[in-house]
Amino acid sequence: MSSCAPNDAQFRIQNPMAEFLRMERMPHIWCPGCGIGSVVTSMAEAIKNGGHDMDKIAVVSGIGCTGRVAGYVKFDSFHTTHGRAIPFATGLKLANPELKVIVFSGDGDLFSIGGNHFIHAARRNMDLLVICVNNFTYGMTGGQMTPTTPTTANASTTPYGNYEYPFSLPFLADAAGATYVARWTSLNARNITDSISEALNRKGFSFIEVITPCTTLYQRRNRLGDGIDAMQYYHDDADIQHGADTRTVDIGFQGKLKTGKFVDRQKPTYLDAVNTHYANVIGDDYQLYGKTPPEKQAEEEAKRAAAAAAEQADGLEAEYIDEPAECGGDDA
Amino acid sequence: MPARNTVAADPKGVDSGAHFMDGDHALAEGALAAGCRFFAGYPITPSTETAERFAERCPAVGGLFIQMEDEIASATALIGGAWGGQKVMTVTSGPGFSLMMETIGLAATTETPLVIADVQRGGPSTGLPTLTAQQDMMQARWGSHGDYRIIALVPDSPQECFDLAIEAFNLSEIYRVPVFIMTDETVGHMHEKVVIPEAEEIRVVERNWYQGPKGEYRPYRFTGRDVAPMVKAGDGHRFHITGLTHDERGYPALTAEQNDKVVRHLIEKIDSNAESIIRVEEDGIEGADVVVLSYGITSRIAIRAVQEARQAGLKVGVLRLITVWPFCEKKIRELAGKVKAIVVPEINYGQMVLEVERCAAGQCKVVSVNHCGGAVHDPEVILAAIQEAAK
Repeated sequence: MSSCAPNDAQFRIQNPMAEFLRMERMPHIWCPGCGIGSVVTSMAEAIKNGGHDMDKIAVVSGIGCTGRVAGYVKFDSFHTTHGRAIPFATGLKLANPELKVIVFSGDGDLFSIGGNHFIHAARRNMDLLVICVNNFTYGMTGGQMTPTTPTTANASTTPYGNYEYPFSLPFLADAAGATYVARWTSLNARNITDSISEALNRKGFSFIEVITPCTTLYQRRNRLGDGIDAMQYYHDDADIQHGADTRTVDIGFQGKLKTGKFVDRQKPTYLDAVNTHYANVIGDDYQLYGKTPPEKQAEEEAKRAAAAAAEQADGLEAEYIDEPAECGGDDA
Repeated sequence: MPARNTVAADPKGVDSGAHFMDGDHALAEGALAAGCRFFAGYPITPSTETAERFAERCPAVGGLFIQMEDEIASATALIGGAWGGQKVMTVTSGPGFSLMMETIGLAATTETPLVIADVQRGGPSTGLPTLTAQQDMMQARWGSHGDYRIIALVPDSPQECFDLAIEAFNLSEIYRVPVFIMTDETVGHMHEKVVIPEAEEIRVVERNWYQGPKGEYRPYRFTGRDVAPMVKAGDGHRFHITGLTHDERGYPALTAEQNDKVVRHLIEKIDSNAESIIRVEEDGIEGADVVVLSYGITSRIAIRAVQEARQAGLKVGVLRLITVWPFCEKKIRELAGKVKAIVVPEINYGQMVLEVERCAAGQCKVVSVNHCGGAVHDPEVILAAIQEAAK
């Protein structure tokens, strides 16, 4: 792999993505015309534009072509087992709630082997941003059918055409409880960036699907031309319909594509719910979860000071002292 | 492996005093005492009480319990949790342990400290959910694909569930390795006195945090003797972890040479420190003709057989394994040269006995007293095996 790496120091230094990429790992493995790189660029743009602390961003991927994203981005990054990026990210987020955790993986990884984890993380409203690069195929293993391959499309394991019904990912995410759901094609680079920006600035389970071409396998096997032909298709047949009913956004083979932001609703995140609930039912004995040690310490000291002050004031106006709220429900 | 400093346990997690509790609950108490504050679990008989206890105790100790959607998710969340900076644990039984196997491989190769307790029940498959067994002993050692090493401990009482939970966390931190507590339904559901010491009497190994400059952190060193310090996500080290064969930076390095480096290290970091990891309990080994080697609940059943054999004038020694993996090879090699026979009762069709046979290498008889699960042995069966072996 590394033997064919370009030995071009300027490329490494001057590349506008250098700040976000592990340049020592370039070139990447993705094929010409592949859409994954565009989505990575959009993510980097969104992080840069949002002024997010790059040290507090973690990227978790599963296995596959998109699974390789974690290995190229210069954040704390984790390349896990097939399908398990979401539970890994769940552990990471809960262990260190100050992180912004982005799951970046493919349709096969997230929705076939990892499908169960997706719906449960959405149900819990786990504070994660899940970006799915949906190219309708398993690229890494050679173009097999996935849960999103449109009916009738050809794949190496459906050589006479796909006779299964695909998932409509926004509908699935919506039904499972995701609080932010958007879909774009990889042609919509700015929209993807905007969506990622928006998702990074909100809490809860956010899901962004990006339809991308797999030129080497899906496009070629289905005689759809190369990357530019895919862009033409996205240009001609994708229609932005913000707020569209997710029941209506399914994708047929080379059919119309509905894109846009479909869902944006508020509900407490998993950790908010944990902290609020325990503060309600347990009260003062509850040890708020998810504070870093210095914060915890400061909090305990403040509590002790408040208790001492309350004791002093006890004789006079004990009944008028309001109990400070135990929990702000803040898991950021 | 350089000696690691220990600190007193965080008193918040230590419920000091004498308790009457079962082994499953004692596991949770041991984990809390060891500083574990993150537990991801999935209900499965006969292990569920550990998860329940942890969930109940969490709010008062600043910990978090999450019930995941399955055991794969539980085990995977542990690895995420560990790299997020926490000490982490889950508990399961046979079917769940099987589901965790792929993830255990990821933990092994990424050298992630975590603790998994397997409260064993009869198998294969759904088997005997409520009845005891010791049938996952080899699975603990070999269950995930590829070559690697783990550490496995076996408690024989609720007290030891508490004690070994702490030891499991300490070993996992020292060696950056998954550690299994291979207990069983009987010990898990047996209520006994459990004494939890004062926090300052409990020695806990803290994570070895990297102290060097940002940008220079290397998650691995492949020395075969020691392990690299750790960092947690969010501290600005921008590190990378992968299940692919990797170099010291954690970057994929997909060559036969690098795989040899990694695998050799995973194996040697345990093997070269085996003598300091292994704990066994001995009684009357000196001058014995027959030694009964057992572990977990079976070692307590064997006591009666040993007592009766001794009353009948036989010279019988007892060797109880507390650490099963790494296996006490040296001890068995020496012992096999001195005794007539080693009798190995275990609640499976003969698993650890294979290790005993391998190490005895024909120097003495090795007698398997197997039982396929669902109950403990009848001590008379063990006694008969001792008597036969002593001839």
